[in-house]
Amino acid sequence: MSAVSVDAAAGARKPSAVGNASGRNARMARTGWMVGAYAGCIAVSLSLCALLVSTTGGSAAKVFSALLDGSLRSPGAWGLTITTATPLLVVAMGTIVAAKAGITNIGQEGQLLLGAAATAYVATRVDLPGPLLLTLSLLAACVVGGLWAALAAVMRFTRQVPEVISTLLLVYIASQITTFGLTKKWLLLARVNKTRTNNGEPLPASGHLPVIHVFGNTITWGVVIALAITAIVGFTLSRTTIGFRLRMLGLNARTARRAGVSVVAFGGAALVISGITAGLAGGLWLTGGIAGDRFTGAISSNIGWQGLLVALLARERARLAIVMAFVFAALRTGSGFLAATGVDRRIADVVQAMLVLSLLVPPALEALRDHRRGTGVAA
Amino acid sequence: MIAFGGAIGDVLTSSTMYGSTVRFAALLVFAATGEWIAEKAGTMNISVEGMILTGSFTAALGSYLSHNVWIGLLLGLLGGLLVSIVQANMSHRLSSNQFVVGLTLNVLAVGLTAYLNAQINPTVERAGIIRVPVLSRIPLIGGALFGQTWLLYLIYPLVPAAWWLVYRTRWGLEIRSVGENPQAADVSGIDVNKRRRQSVYLCGVCAGIAGAYLTIGQVGSFGADGVSGRGIIALAAVILGGWTLKGTVGAAIVFGFFDALRFALPALGHTVNPQLLATLPYAMAIATMLIFAHRGRRPNALTRPFVRGLT
Repeated sequence: MSAVSVDAAAGARKPSAVGNASGRNARMARTGWMVGAYAGCIAVSLSLCALLVSTTGGSAAKVFSALLDGSLRSPGAWGLTITTATPLLVVAMGTIVAAKAGITNIGQEGQLLLGAAATAYVATRVDLPGPLLLTLSLLAACVVGGLWAALAAVMRFTRQVPEVISTLLLVYIASQITTFGLTKKWLLLARVNKTRTNNGEPLPASGHLPVIHVFGNTITWGVVIALAITAIVGFTLSRTTIGFRLRMLGLNARTARRAGVSVVAFGGAALVISGITAGLAGGLWLTGGIAGDRFTGAISSNIGWQGLLVALLARERARLAIVMAFVFAALRTGSGFLAATGVDRRIADVVQAMLVLSLLVPPALEALRDHRRGTGVAA
Repeated sequence: MIAFGGAIGDVLTSSTMYGSTVRFAALLVFAATGEWIAEKAGTMNISVEGMILTGSFTAALGSYLSHNVWIGLLLGLLGGLLVSIVQANMSHRLSSNQFVVGLTLNVLAVGLTAYLNAQINPTVERAGIIRVPVLSRIPLIGGALFGQTWLLYLIYPLVPAAWWLVYRTRWGLEIRSVGENPQAADVSGIDVNKRRRQSVYLCGVCAGIAGAYLTIGQVGSFGADGVSGRGIIALAAVILGGWTLKGTVGAAIVFGFFDALRFALPALGHTVNPQLLATLPYAMAIATMLIFAHRGRRPNALTRPFVRGLT
């Protein structure tokens, strides 16, 4: 890696305006440097995790193999992984929209939980035929998730409450609201509850997402929804005026305002959209059936946080988020197989966070290098 | 309405209520004081949550390994510092987005402490209770302020020291100028990002003490969900306090009161919906920010990274 970076430094030092050939060299050297930096950082973070596993008495190789088994190799595993990736991707898309507009929504976990609760309520309490029920229950998830984020948006733009803090505090309140809902039979609690914990009513058959069977794997149609949302978000952000205005707002709010972009309308909309997608992700997660056939208080189980990390990891690029969502979902499903290795499954959470942290480094280093040379954004 | 008034009356005349308010507030005061210093220098440090959590785990680990409360405190402090070193260098050396770094560190702290706790499962020595002779006899509030675990008494020197450091030393002046106008500070020869890093380190130390206080002083064991948003409430306390130290401490005490209320009301025999009670600290943090967030004079460059040449 060091050889690559030395080459890159030598190449990039030449002024790129001199000629085509040296410009191409500089570009290639730069790409090489970035690839090396990313590979190096991933390697460092994964070795740190391996070190952590072996110092706490586990075997890193066994953990890795178990993760692969659980996420890809065992029968039906990759279908499970893809279905798990669905809500992560949907959460990530909303987060990307918000982040592009310079809004930091970090309350997806709560928005997702309430979205799932809304879906559960509609699916178990409303009497509608087949597909209509599913559609309506997912729409309810969107509305509730969006409203929950709208609370933060209203507070942000009328009372200057930072959305970073309010969205996060709202997570705890959302969790208490669903706990309350699970104590009342007219809300979420199952009418016939035989267990000691308060669980929701099982969803009716028509409340589940339809599935596709591919090579012994089961994938829900949620995947199609998630990919469609990804395509829409990617296209809107990069190819439309609305996307341009959003990005302008995120890059420089003052310039955007002078150019006639309403900070309240676009910023607020971005925050609400991220809430809508988080809510929808909750609905998809519940109706996808992996987390069980009914609503429980623990149903969100970090899906919101992980979707947020996916967005960060993809560095706000829609297409890259698909890959990252799959990687995170693989770590999640893979961690279910860790019990046999004697290593706690939460090592997967550590790996995820370490990956995000390490991948923040290369772009920052690059920006710093550019800045020192006076060729970066500042020039 | 009468029942409500009666409940408030009961709460205000119960000396155990004052005691538990102080115990809950202490955690927030430690963390909010550190956060206040960091925000004065321009960092809205949301990883304070992760710092408290890490500190509370390393403190448990230290006390488990050495059977010594002091070592526990020291390790707790170092745990908070460790997180702050990552936060500070990533946001004020590499200029990464401070919220992104902070959030990731929070998630990492949750995963790492839960993992290590499951693998090691430390048991904790609790710090003893020291009753300050005459002062703890003051009716109603004496026991609350002076009849607590000795870790809590660290507040009494810490808060004035933080005030002195920020308002009466050259370093503090530089911290404030870095938070208000980093360009001007840079031109006058202050290393802006270095000062900001140092302020985040201090925040890490304070949050580490908060974590150590939580496990060694208050609870007596490490709980993976023991912090559950207290760091964020500490952030809200700084905002509610209008970025003044006495306001911040006052706000921390108010939030501590609502935290304590969750346990005091049922204990005093008043039936309140448990979920409503549990949301109280968070809802109050939001409600008070709604009223006060736009009033305080926040540091001008708060949350804005400093890169020379960029405005």
